[in-house]
Amino acid sequence: MPEPATRPMIEIETVTRSYGDFHALDRATLTIREGEFFSLLGPSGCGKTTLLRLIAGFDQPTSGTIAIDGQPMDGIPANARPTNMVFQSYAIFPHLNVGENVAYGLKKMKLGAAEEKRRVDEALSMVSLAGLQNRGATELSGGQRQRVALARALVMRPKVLLLDEPLSALDKKLREQMQVELRRLQQAVGITFILVTHDQYEALAMSDRIAVMFGGRIAQVSTPKEIYQRPVNRQVADFLGGMNFIRADLVEENGESIVVDTAAFGRVRTDKPRAFAAKGREATLGIRPERLRVLWDDATAKHEIAGTVVERHYFGEITHLVVDVAGMDKPLSVTETNDFGADDLPLGAKIRLGYDPDALVALAD
Amino acid sequence: MSAARRLAANWLPAYAALFVLFLYLPVLLLPIFSLNSSASPRFPLTGFTLKWYAGLPKTPALLDAAWNSLVVGVSAAVLATVLGICAARALTRYRFRGQRAMQGLIMAPLVMPEIIVAVSILIIVLALGMPLTLFTVTLGHVLVCLPYSISVLISGFEGFDRSLEEASADLGETSFGTFRRVTLPMMAPAIISSLLVGFTISLDDFMMAFFLGGNDVTLPVYIWGQLRFAARLPGVLALGTLLLVASIVLLTIAELLRRRAQERTQTTGGLLA
Repeated sequence: MPEPATRPMIEIETVTRSYGDFHALDRATLTIREGEFFSLLGPSGCGKTTLLRLIAGFDQPTSGTIAIDGQPMDGIPANARPTNMVFQSYAIFPHLNVGENVAYGLKKMKLGAAEEKRRVDEALSMVSLAGLQNRGATELSGGQRQRVALARALVMRPKVLLLDEPLSALDKKLREQMQVELRRLQQAVGITFILVTHDQYEALAMSDRIAVMFGGRIAQVSTPKEIYQRPVNRQVADFLGGMNFIRADLVEENGESIVVDTAAFGRVRTDKPRAFAAKGREATLGIRPERLRVLWDDATAKHEIAGTVVERHYFGEITHLVVDVAGMDKPLSVTETNDFGADDLPLGAKIRLGYDPDALVALAD
Repeated sequence: MSAARRLAANWLPAYAALFVLFLYLPVLLLPIFSLNSSASPRFPLTGFTLKWYAGLPKTPALLDAAWNSLVVGVSAAVLATVLGICAARALTRYRFRGQRAMQGLIMAPLVMPEIIVAVSILIIVLALGMPLTLFTVTLGHVLVCLPYSISVLISGFEGFDRSLEEASADLGETSFGTFRRVTLPMMAPAIISSLLVGFTISLDDFMMAFFLGGNDVTLPVYIWGQLRFAARLPGVLALGTLLLVASIVLLTIAELLRRRAQERTQTTGGLLA
């Protein structure tokens, strides 16, 4: 977790990037701290790559300012910024070998042959490619290309490393392995990492903080846990994973919290989300499917509701149940581990579900 | 298999063989007669000789024409390639209004009757009061070479991963440095290929050289001039054979390089595991 005392590394102030009437990025304001592993998460076309390219200097904002380490970046081209990028296609120079690729940016620094070689060797061993200096760029596997791209950027010792969907071209197993490695690498070098991804699990697993983006706007900036458990609106909640949306009637609204009545969960007091605006007396609550637990046999919970199993989907370690609850317009989704036999529950079975009222969150539309 | 199909299967290879023979037999006769000791190109052959080749360097007019062809060929190839690089890059990299029309217009000289183009240029050159020299021939040749150069270069630039240039900038390189260290080396095979194709087209071109050359004669125009004298025919055949061989060699190298450039730019994607 980042220390609150670290200084801001990237300051993005009401940055807009427009193409005619279309705002690829719309008044984005964001501060990324030194040494943070920060993710820009959202579906394609949400503006996350636009923002990354603005930080890298491949593109200029239509309005607003970006500062890196306190320095305003207006008019400063990509080749003069203290940032380096790992491209989605990796952009390994095919006419150069691995060593020459990694040394590409060092040539401009005039370090001398010995120091240059030392830094190339160091960067390659950092990404577990020591000894592959003379391998041709076209002879590398996908995972190796990715590592070369990483070494080529890290060898520059940037203040900020930008990663544009670096794992999307890898197969699932390699991707998960690289997630762990990238995180370790970031902690070892202590450089600010900014990762662009559309994969919510990747963002949750790797980041100190995440900015979730939709339609050119930043919807929420917070820690993975907070984003997942307390999403500010339906869109964020939905994008981060399964969510039961529950219709509720507003009873009371004050500065920080609201009180609502629901058919199945009764009266609930919960934090008021940012940008919450109740439409008349109507509000929406959310609860994640894994926060509803099947109560077996005589087990009880402080808060429980009863329902009927109407669908069952088996996923190996978990089973996904669809449960009808009296008074609710939609059935509830429940994710249950298979250690007590959720995979054997017959359709039509009457079950009780336990929950923690804290798992119920109010969602803005 | 139906009867018609069986017939086609039996006779199509024969047809194809005949067709190729028709295409290449006349061209094959050229080297054969150039090595024949008789001065008239006729069967039966009278004996093997290299005297027609040996005689070539002793003809000053031919040497002048060869030199002129070399100068025009190199200049036209270089000019067409430089212009071609700009055009091919613009056509593959950017999207702009009138792009397709522009591409079509650049390629059009490929199918335009060259004699019309040559005469049109001649009229303009004369109206401008320019003397007819190798310079005017070169201008004409640039026009003829450009479509070939551009199509070779476009196939090199197409699929060129733009992020390679961005990566270079990201690593601190200037745009000129990026062009020198990334774009140029990656495009080198396509550029050399374009130079070779341009040179070959210029070397073989008669129409532009004939109309725009004035008293400066290139090899094809020289050959045409020699055809009036029956006694010089074997020498022309020998010269023609050399030109033929040179063209084939140059175009083969050009095509190999073009393919290499294409392979190079298309293996840059990260999706190849």
